[in-house]
Amino acid sequence: MADEPIIKVQAVHKWYGNFHALKGISMDVKKGEVIVIFGPSGSGKSTFIRMLNRLEDHQRGRIVVDGIEMSHDVRNIEQIRSETGMVFQQFNLFPHLTVMQNIILAPIQVRKWTKQKAEEVAMQLLERVGIPEQAKKFPGQLSGGQQQRVAIARSLAMQPKIMLFDEPTSALDPEMIKEVLDVMTELAKSGMTILAVTHEMGFARAVADRMFFFDNGEIVEQGSPEQIFNSPKEDRTKLFLSQILRH
Amino acid sequence: MASVEPVLPPMSERSNILRWARKNLFGSWYDAILTILGAWIAYWALSGLLTWVFTVAEWKVIVVNMRLLMIGQYPLEQAWRLWVWLALLVFLSGNSLAIWGRGSRYAIALLLLPVVLAFVFPFGDEPRKWLVILTVTGLAGWGIGRTSPEVLKRSVIAGWVISLPIIILLTRGLSESETGFLPDVRTNLWGGLLLTFLLTVVGIMFSFPIGVLLALGRRSELPIIRWFSVGYIELVRGVPLISILFMMSLMLPLFLPDGWTVDRVIRAMVAITLFSAAYLAENVRGGLQAIPKGQYEAAEALGLSGAQTMIFIILPQALRLIIPILVGQFIAVFKDTSLVAIVGLLDLLGMGKTVLAQPEFLGLQREVYVFISLIFWVLSYGMSYLSQQLEARLGVGIR
Repeated sequence: MADEPIIKVQAVHKWYGNFHALKGISMDVKKGEVIVIFGPSGSGKSTFIRMLNRLEDHQRGRIVVDGIEMSHDVRNIEQIRSETGMVFQQFNLFPHLTVMQNIILAPIQVRKWTKQKAEEVAMQLLERVGIPEQAKKFPGQLSGGQQQRVAIARSLAMQPKIMLFDEPTSALDPEMIKEVLDVMTELAKSGMTILAVTHEMGFARAVADRMFFFDNGEIVEQGSPEQIFNSPKEDRTKLFLSQILRH
Repeated sequence: MASVEPVLPPMSERSNILRWARKNLFGSWYDAILTILGAWIAYWALSGLLTWVFTVAEWKVIVVNMRLLMIGQYPLEQAWRLWVWLALLVFLSGNSLAIWGRGSRYAIALLLLPVVLAFVFPFGDEPRKWLVILTVTGLAGWGIGRTSPEVLKRSVIAGWVISLPIIILLTRGLSESETGFLPDVRTNLWGGLLLTFLLTVVGIMFSFPIGVLLALGRRSELPIIRWFSVGYIELVRGVPLISILFMMSLMLPLFLPDGWTVDRVIRAMVAITLFSAAYLAENVRGGLQAIPKGQYEAAEALGLSGAQTMIFIILPQALRLIIPILVGQFIAVFKDTSLVAIVGLLDLLGMGKTVLAQPEFLGLQREVYVFISLIFWVLSYGMSYLSQQLEARLGVGIR
């Protein structure tokens, strides 16, 4: 029971028009695992992670998240979405709401918490991501790193079982990347199941349990960080790693 | 050793008038000629206008017909009801200025306006009394608003929301019999600025939600709803308002069963509402399209339903973006109401024409039309000014 995977993906395909974006992806993720997905742009890694909460639909294959089969059934989709948090490259905070309102909106509307309970949880989360003093500000008044940390707190407020990160540091100025990675590292160590699309190899080496290299809509190689960094089997993996690790 | 950077004060934007004039008005011989020419034209136009206003124009026509222009045939002994709701509106305005406005000096000046009007212009005793009451209620509202702005916010918004039904109720009356409490005043007695105001307010209040629904309908994934919305919007936008007014007043009776009648004023209100809704729908759609896809995705990823996403995330941002366009549309509704004069309703403009048809006021078109234009301008500019305030207010925190 404990070894039953929380995410099961079996031979999933996706086409955009005639373009075959994902070609038979399979992946099982156990509870508490930290998965890092990397690969060149256009390799399908973002499409894949966005399928796990159905921001994209899949056309063939099966996806089961926390025992719920992903289908056209809206109730299933909404249930899966409330169990998975997602953090985007562009933060996607709601600019017309304060930081606090951004965080408490979904718990109040979807989980039906009282405002008081939601605000308490939100404050705890803001402390966890290190910016409790920003609660009353609007997103536009924060730096990129702070905004991304608010976005993480907003996802965590729904108390998800799985966190999806879609290139969370790619839109950040270099000096702000660390503050976001620190939060993600802390989250990984707390036992959260995490799937992250990222090229932050330091983060991958430190906390990832398994890494997946995507290219051309396929999983080219997978393994532990030691395997991937020290003895990659595939030439494509070697080439890509040499390109991103060189600078 | 670190040298201390002198802190430079920002460059002064101020300079004396002469230097300003030399730079902006007489920078070159070409500028100088334009300045002199412009000044001469301005003097010529303005002096002509002022001479006419103060010596030639016979403002008596306005003074004598003030009541007709303001409230039409509305019975004088019931006019207090209109003053009462006007006082309510002024009270709420005072509240709102205290809570949301900036600069108390400006607010007080605005609230003192009725008293100033009362003593500068030759009103009768009764209106003067009411204008003083208006100022008192306005200042009272302002004072109350100042004491606890945060607490009062909600009740003031609620007050604005229920003010429209109160206005209609007071204007229309309650009891059928003439002797009862708040006797019925038939809509055929409504006229002048009162009618213009009610047509505008009802038109705006009802067309706004319909317009939002039509905009959402046009983006719906359900084909029937989408095609209905597209059809409605394109049909109504393809027709002038005047023809919808004619349809409503001439054709509608043909479709209704015998003995059924719909009040003329209500017919006009419906026509204006339906017309304005089509335009609003397109404006709102423009705002919806400006919201990035990431906002929908973030809301969906949090588990919000489609309706919740619209209500809490998309619409608040979209409507905020289009405030200037919305207010433009509201001003257009206000001015378009003057078309009802063509189907026989005596709004401000229609009443002006009626006044001019009286033999003793023949040939005084200029006075009447200038006065009417002035009222339209003051109220339109007021709306525009309010919208700028609102934008500045809501601009906080936007990207």
